[in-house]
Amino acid sequence: MASTMLSLVSAALPLQENHKGKMNLGSSDCSTFLRKEKRNPFMKTKSFGRINMAIAVNTSRFEGVTMAPPDPILGVSEAFRADNSLMKLNLGVGAYRTEELQPYVLNVVKKAENLMLERGENKEYLPIEGLAAFNKVTAELLFGAGNPVIEQQRLATVQGLSGTGSLRLAAALIERYFPGAKVLISSPTWGNHKNIFNDARVPWSEYRYYDPKTVGLDFDGMISDIKAAPEGSFVLLHGCAHNPTGIDPTPEQWEKIADVIQEKNHIPFFDVAYQGFASGSLDADASSVRLFAARGMELLVAQSYSKNLGLYAERIGAINVVCSSADAAARVKSQLKRIARPMYSNPPIHGARIVANVVGDPALFNEWKEEMELMAGRIKNVRQKLFDSLSAKDKCGKDWSFILKQIGMFSFTGLSKVQSENMTNKWHVYMTKDGRISLAGLSLAKCEYLADAIIDSFHCVS
Amino acid sequence: MSSQHPDGSVFSNIVRAPEDPILGVTVAYNKDTSPIKLNLGVGAYRTEEGKPLVLNVVRRAEQLLVNDPSRVKEYLPIVGLAEFNKLSAKLIFGADSPAIQENRVTTVQGLSGTGSLRVGAEFLARHYYQHTIYIPVPTWGNHPKIFTIAGLSVKTYRYYDPETRGLDFKGLLEDLGAAPTGAIVLLHACAHNPTGVDPTLEQWEQIRQLMRSKGLLPFFDSAYQGFASGSLDADAQSVRMFVADGGECLAAQSYAKNMGLYGERVGALSIVCKAADVASRVESQLKLVIRPMYSNPPIHGASIVATILKDSDMYNEWTVELKAMADRIISMRQLLFDALRDRGTPRDWSHIIKQIGMFTFTGLNTEQVAFMTKEYHIYMTSDGRISMAGLSSRTVPHLADAIHAAVTRIP
Repeated sequence: MASTMLSLVSAALPLQENHKGKMNLGSSDCSTFLRKEKRNPFMKTKSFGRINMAIAVNTSRFEGVTMAPPDPILGVSEAFRADNSLMKLNLGVGAYRTEELQPYVLNVVKKAENLMLERGENKEYLPIEGLAAFNKVTAELLFGAGNPVIEQQRLATVQGLSGTGSLRLAAALIERYFPGAKVLISSPTWGNHKNIFNDARVPWSEYRYYDPKTVGLDFDGMISDIKAAPEGSFVLLHGCAHNPTGIDPTPEQWEKIADVIQEKNHIPFFDVAYQGFASGSLDADASSVRLFAARGMELLVAQSYSKNLGLYAERIGAINVVCSSADAAARVKSQLKRIARPMYSNPPIHGARIVANVVGDPALFNEWKEEMELMAGRIKNVRQKLFDSLSAKDKCGKDWSFILKQIGMFSFTGLSKVQSENMTNKWHVYMTKDGRISLAGLSLAKCEYLADAIIDSFHCVS
Repeated sequence: MSSQHPDGSVFSNIVRAPEDPILGVTVAYNKDTSPIKLNLGVGAYRTEEGKPLVLNVVRRAEQLLVNDPSRVKEYLPIVGLAEFNKLSAKLIFGADSPAIQENRVTTVQGLSGTGSLRVGAEFLARHYYQHTIYIPVPTWGNHPKIFTIAGLSVKTYRYYDPETRGLDFKGLLEDLGAAPTGAIVLLHACAHNPTGVDPTLEQWEQIRQLMRSKGLLPFFDSAYQGFASGSLDADAQSVRMFVADGGECLAAQSYAKNMGLYGERVGALSIVCKAADVASRVESQLKLVIRPMYSNPPIHGASIVATILKDSDMYNEWTVELKAMADRIISMRQLLFDALRDRGTPRDWSHIIKQIGMFTFTGLNTEQVAFMTKEYHIYMTSDGRISMAGLSSRTVPHLADAIHAAVTRIP
């Protein structure tokens, strides 16, 4: 009998007993509110909502959880999929498409996967820091084989979950060992950067970057803001093909950026997600990082192979930390491992093996460079066609040359949020609300249609 | 460089972290040059020949995937491969689970067990009003780290009784009974790690009733489904018991061991909610945890799992291979028990055959463990846990000798 009674009781959620008689799970619960404030200074406090006593018995303990908005970038693809229009065009996420607008798996990747299958390799846990062969080739790809930072073992490289995961490891390192240090991020920047630093509880502020008047780099603003930041700040720099603007500093400007960073004892923090994709040359696209390393500076570099090897879903990247000594590098590496262990224990093998096989084999590496040039080349062609179409169709004489000057996968059109919405609602062109379009998702065939949409949105919507 | 940094490095205040206690065992093992060395550290299955194993059905699935010309590597959704998520939920909760049929379950793909636990913990720290989680003593070494870093406060409940080398059930009930209402409770679904001691079904029922009466929130860690008894359904009974009463719970799954997909990092986090719209909102918030951590999960392992689970032939093949692994471990238990008995090794070693799953909690202390490593080149975690999966009929005698020596020479 007793057990039956217990069973009846067990079906009920005794929420009426929570908080010693309090019924609200909302902000009236001061201790929870304050605790949350203390723990998450950079996050908005979530409210739990009210629970009505009468339905307390059947109410979920997660009743107060609100519906989160869709991700501004990844949510675009979701919306695109839901659209039935034949004219629809997905220029949202930066994923390369062929001229036929199909996803593209690189030939070298297929070859590598077949090799891996033939070899019948096992699926044992990687070390926490990832596949050694991958870490070796990724460092060499970034800094150049034989670079002093590698020779002198001053480099800590840890495999990470693509760019995001690598940035997150670095952010966690900053939070733990540089308490109070800020990260300076460009205005604008990739939408997820802020989320990463927020969740890692690293404070951030913005430096001027994009100048809408020139549709170019606000270089003076950038230097000024970096200079004004507290000494020892981390400066997040896009190694090449700035996302979302496509506007990169010139080599001379990079020197000056390095100057001011050194002057203020800031720490450069590169996000390299497009090595090879910007100019078509892997080495050229790494020149900004190599410039800083050559000055003997300590720096962080997050890498991603999502775009340049088309390994998006395999989640393969790395966090590199250049230190002034081999001893520091060893210590930093050990602490990065300590951060990774309670996050995912050790990283996934498949993507790492593909990269190690492609980059580590001279024949496959050369083949990769060719495919890389083709992909970057297609985007350059599309830029040209779009520019030509816009110039031909636009009766208002707007200067569209920024499309040719910008570099990489994206174009920052300068369209406002409202205008971007018009692109979607009227023209079924899917893009992010900051006006960014992914040229990787554009075909030559669609350039004219896109030009019509852009001109309409620019001139007829305000 | 700044004058604040004497050696010119901004990283000068960063000290060297110690090796991870579990993964560090393999690091140490790899450095040892002895031909008789034995790695009983990390829980990775080994064949009778002492080799890692990739299941035949996994190779088959991989072949299919790699040869499929229509396969692409586009980003998965933040929550992962949809098919994988559905199949994983069915695997743990049962295909006929009312919770699934009523759409009250949200399942997101996670980075194996660790990643799934971490995402669940982060979610609870942000959205659940109770931030205390109770973990059993002992538990997997990584558990307290995961929960603490996620922002939960970790407390313990009694679990292992060193006297009986079994479950301290009375202590467990007392400690959970004293927990504050609504506290989170970590439960090992089966094959408790590191002890191998599981509650009986009757004990699970009592735990369930107690927890429901106190509104305690169950958070299951299911890393060995199918590996404990050899039966996928039997090993999911504890979880299904809790879901059957209509209440809420979290469940983290791993395919590292039962599908041998260790390095692929495949797992799932399921949250069973009272209502479908709650599950939907919960899922949207899980995405906010995942996106700034790694954006979306890796595709390869999840595709392998989905390929196998959705094809009845391959699924059956998997259950056969899984049972074979579980059976080999059970036979190693028997062999080790017999070997110790034959040597007349003092103490009661019956716990070796009573405990279940990949590990045996030998009851050896840290000095004895250190002795076994130094003198016999046997690598295991310092808490006395050995991975039975790393044993073979060839190596059992060596281990038995080592245990015998340790127990007779070191108090």
